[in-house]
Amino acid sequence: MTGDLLVQFLAQGAQMFMVLLIAPLAVGVVRRVKARLMRRQGAPLLQGYRDLAKLLRKESVIAENASWLFRSAPSLIFALTWVAAALVPSFASGLMFNWAADVVALVALLGAARALLALAGMDVGTSFGGIGSSREMMIATLAEPAMMLIVLTLAIAAGTTRLAGVADFFIAEPLAVRVSLGLSLVALIIVALAENARIPVDNPVTHLELTMVHEAMILEYSGRHLALIEAASYLKLVLYLSLLICLFAPFGMAPANAGVGGWAIGLLAWSAKLLAGAALLGVWEVSIAKMRVFRLPDFVGIAFVFGFLAILLAFLSRGAFE
Amino acid sequence: MNHAYEISHLLAGVMLVTSFALLYQQRVAAVLNTFAAQSIALALAVAWAAWSQGRPDLFITALIALTLKGIVIPVALHRTVARLGIHREVEKVVGVGVALMVGLALTGLAQALLFKVTHGTASHAREELALALAIILLGFLMMIVRRNAVTQIVGFMSMENGLILAATGARGMPLVVEVSVAFSVLIALFVFAVFVFRIRERFDTIDIEALDRMRGDRR
Amino acid sequence: MGYQAAVPELYVSGAALGALAVAAAVATLVRGPALAFVYPLSALAAFALGAVDLHALLGGGEWVARLPIGLPGVGLHLRLDALSAFFGIVINGGVLAASVYGMGLDRAKELTPRVEPLFPLFAAAMNLVLIADDAYAFLFSWELMSLASWALVVARHTDPESRRAGYLYLIMAAIGTSALLFAFGGLAGPAGGYGFDTIRAHPPGPLVAALVLAAGLVGCGSKGGLIPLHAWLPLAHPAAPSHVSALMSGVMTKVAIYGFVRIAFDLLGPPAWWWALPPIVLGAVTAVLGLLYAVFDRDLKRVLAYSTIENVGVIFVALGLALAFRANGQEAAAAVAMAAALLHVLNHSWFKSLLFLGAGAVLHATGRRDLEGLGGLIHRMPRTAAFFLVGALAISALPPLNGFVSEWLLFQAVIAAPALPQAALHFASPAIGAMLALAAALAAACFVRVYGIAFLGRPRSVEAARAHEVPMAQQIAMGGLALLCIAGGLFGSVLAAMIAPVLRDLVDSVLPNSGSGPTAFSLIAFDPERSIYDAPVIAFFVAIASLTTLLVVHRLSARRTRLGPAWDCGFPDPSPATQYTASSFAQPLRRVYGAVVFAARETVVMPAPGDARPAQFSVVLVDYAWRVLYAAPSRAVLRLSERLNALQFLSIRRYLVLMFAALVILLSIAVVAI
Repeated sequence: MTGDLLVQFLAQGAQMFMVLLIAPLAVGVVRRVKARLMRRQGAPLLQGYRDLAKLLRKESVIAENASWLFRSAPSLIFALTWVAAALVPSFASGLMFNWAADVVALVALLGAARALLALAGMDVGTSFGGIGSSREMMIATLAEPAMMLIVLTLAIAAGTTRLAGVADFFIAEPLAVRVSLGLSLVALIIVALAENARIPVDNPVTHLELTMVHEAMILEYSGRHLALIEAASYLKLVLYLSLLICLFAPFGMAPANAGVGGWAIGLLAWSAKLLAGAALLGVWEVSIAKMRVFRLPDFVGIAFVFGFLAILLAFLSRGAFE
Repeated sequence: MNHAYEISHLLAGVMLVTSFALLYQQRVAAVLNTFAAQSIALALAVAWAAWSQGRPDLFITALIALTLKGIVIPVALHRTVARLGIHREVEKVVGVGVALMVGLALTGLAQALLFKVTHGTASHAREELALALAIILLGFLMMIVRRNAVTQIVGFMSMENGLILAATGARGMPLVVEVSVAFSVLIALFVFAVFVFRIRERFDTIDIEALDRMRGDRR
Repeated sequence: MGYQAAVPELYVSGAALGALAVAAAVATLVRGPALAFVYPLSALAAFALGAVDLHALLGGGEWVARLPIGLPGVGLHLRLDALSAFFGIVINGGVLAASVYGMGLDRAKELTPRVEPLFPLFAAAMNLVLIADDAYAFLFSWELMSLASWALVVARHTDPESRRAGYLYLIMAAIGTSALLFAFGGLAGPAGGYGFDTIRAHPPGPLVAALVLAAGLVGCGSKGGLIPLHAWLPLAHPAAPSHVSALMSGVMTKVAIYGFVRIAFDLLGPPAWWWALPPIVLGAVTAVLGLLYAVFDRDLKRVLAYSTIENVGVIFVALGLALAFRANGQEAAAAVAMAAALLHVLNHSWFKSLLFLGAGAVLHATGRRDLEGLGGLIHRMPRTAAFFLVGALAISALPPLNGFVSEWLLFQAVIAAPALPQAALHFASPAIGAMLALAAALAAACFVRVYGIAFLGRPRSVEAARAHEVPMAQQIAMGGLALLCIAGGLFGSVLAAMIAPVLRDLVDSVLPNSGSGPTAFSLIAFDPERSIYDAPVIAFFVAIASLTTLLVVHRLSARRTRLGPAWDCGFPDPSPATQYTASSFAQPLRRVYGAVVFAARETVVMPAPGDARPAQFSVVLVDYAWRVLYAAPSRAVLRLSERLNALQFLSIRRYLVLMFAALVILLSIAVVAI
């Protein structure tokens, strides 16, 4: 580990809170862009914060037959997602967490949060909870192989599975035209859409629709529990945007030994890229329709095919059998 | 890594992706558009090869690819489809997922094969050839797993796109050969088109399984 | 090599094995509640054996003994090296947990002379397989293990399902043992040296090695449930009493893996690269298919048995990768793959035993194994539910539990696989990675389904509504395993360091010292710059984050909580039948994967409006492996046996003709041969 431990710890803490702080804003940007493109006024950019504050203030209504799992799941899901989000290098690549887990562990942490959420969805024993949970797990089985292929491509390119190492590699290497990376990017975007329950996989704004997935699972939550789950889903969005930025547009990120000045630049660059990514997501969401649930294998299958092609092309351009 | 190689690799990669897109598409119109995209990518790839290798004769090939297969044939087929009132959905033998998985396996096979066979040749040409072979195999696959006659034509021509890509990759293929390839394909296209009309007149569908009845086979 | 029994550890193991044998013998004589003595004695013996194994593993060195029993002039060679010691720990841990669980069995109702005498015999036989140092001893104890477990499977012989399972198991065990017999025959060579040290000194040629590998894969794969030799396993494992199921699934499959490792890594000599292909391909297919079977099954114990198949597949993939790396001289990667395999062996023995014991607890409490009749058990059996949750999350390879440690190592090995020079392995690596990731995601789906249906929601039957918590001994057994799952997840690096002697023996390399990473407990593959997983740090931060969150939320929020009826989008229905069922949970997965893999067909019969008949929904799944590999040959055997049956009704003259013909044939063979 480089540098003073305390500074490292503080920087890591700062990153964790930075991620948490910006998450509702990112969601606000997505919603705002969507609203404007639909010629609506739209909610203010800060609506995400207000939503959370409102939910925290309200009382929580819990079904009579809910178990301890139902009550404890939200804070665990939130904590898991938060730590996972903090694992992705955002403004600097040399932070403490970057030494604690690699991208495989990151995916698995999100998997743990997802499994808990699916279990919580089934706890009360309602039909909607079951719908959401079963579909969520089905989508996960489609997305995880694709994610694994993306990880494999990056590991082949950069020679490491540590995200910070991959980011350092891409900063150091001038980004040439690389087909395999382009394919990985598309694959990762599709995986990100699926994992974040965005259109066309799931629609985050609907309720009472038979096609809903994420919202069906959290239907029984209210008050502070719902606030935590909502915050976790905001964090997840930031996580995937950061992941895309870190892997495919890492310029501006502070390298391992940069001082506070480098971190400031990195922070600025990261926030700008993050909000731009959120705006792009908004544009994407208004320009495409939600898919039927059983068309999803085809859609997420694209990610799988692209991920696989990316690896094959990476083999090619490496000159595999020299 | 030099620039010339990067860009030709990119264009060939795009062609491979469009080959997969051909397998993925569910509508005839989308298949035709994807094929047009592939042909345009081919034209660009050939043009880039002409530019970077300093072989002006290849520009003619690029032009042929662009006008004929990028514009004329797709437009003609679009019209045919519209005029015949053919089903807009593609009739499939196997599902999209299975077709794509088989396609991936074929791509891997093509690469492994090329690396085994051409051990020692210049690596750039090898990669181009591997991609071209994959495109050819995918075109073949498309002819097998899609029953619609129009998509069969597209599969056939996508194979031919792969052939031309291979020809530009392997230096020294004379223009004469290319021209003759292009014309033979054109003739094949006419034959196909005539067939489509005949099939349609006779059987009221262009599902090629209907042809089995003509042979007396039982489905 | 003489008769060396001067080592105190040998006395301990001998005494422990003897205790198991005595327990088995005495238990055949007594009846009723007196049988309960079996379990404390087995627990003690397993503890002693486990302690010796642990000591042997940590202390290094190996012990050899030759007993003057067994074949005349050959004797019985025994040897305890690092590999045996490691597997011994796995097995005796499982036996210990199952024995403690057994102590909680109902003395009046659940102890039967059909189970208790065989339990210690089974445990002793598994221990013997590990320390056998010649082919006779190995095959003898292997067969003893098979027969003991078979007798346990048919303990409830009045149940036709059990009888069928036992029949199939017996056949498959016979096939497996004959394959192993063949394998050892090949290893011994024409000289006929059946001692393992003789075999090690004279590795067979490439062709024989290939045959031995194939036979070993059949022999060990059939015991471990490798597809397509798996069909008996999901029938046999659940048929036994639950603590025995835990032993069979959690532990006996590991003996099968031990057998393969012993043959492929130790006895066969330096590997060729293509040895890796069969274990990898079969393992990857087994991993995915095993879980697909599991996801669509409705029987709690059978789901667990199918998931055992999956885990055995995962272990075989890791072993295959280790073989490939070792054949190419990439020792560091081989160490990663081998560590993944061994740690998965250990981890799976913990969480699968835990889950089977949990299933036993559910069965004990409700009398039901069918998922569709369970539900809401988290309220009635809170401790069992908590332990089962740990097992379910661990087997789904979720951090920070132990299943993820081995999964992580395995993914690191897969990521290193493109560096292999052979085209087949090279291009297979992404496919393997994708299949393993699919298996992991399916495992999560499968166990969310099992847990969500059985323990969460509302009770779907009267029995489930009246369930009760199980006795303390059973809770202790499950709790101990759950603790191990958590500890193994946090301190996987310690376990990885413990198996270093095994790795050194098998692949000549070890994982990097965790001290070279940023903290004392980082798990490192290759080197710290490349891949690192620090479970304690992650767990610590998750704990801190959730505690902080709880504190902050409690300060900020209204803190008010009101209980009310479930919301369910405004249409709550009091009937538990409106919940998602196990089948409906599997429906999306069935739509996506079932149609391709099992030719799944769904049919809905919907009566016209006004018609009072109920609507019907049915699903048909086709098991191709069963249809092609089992049903067809068994029909052929049946037809053949009917023909042969006719031989019993011949006249004496015809019998004489047959005998005469046999005599003449034998004589002519003798003429040709001499």
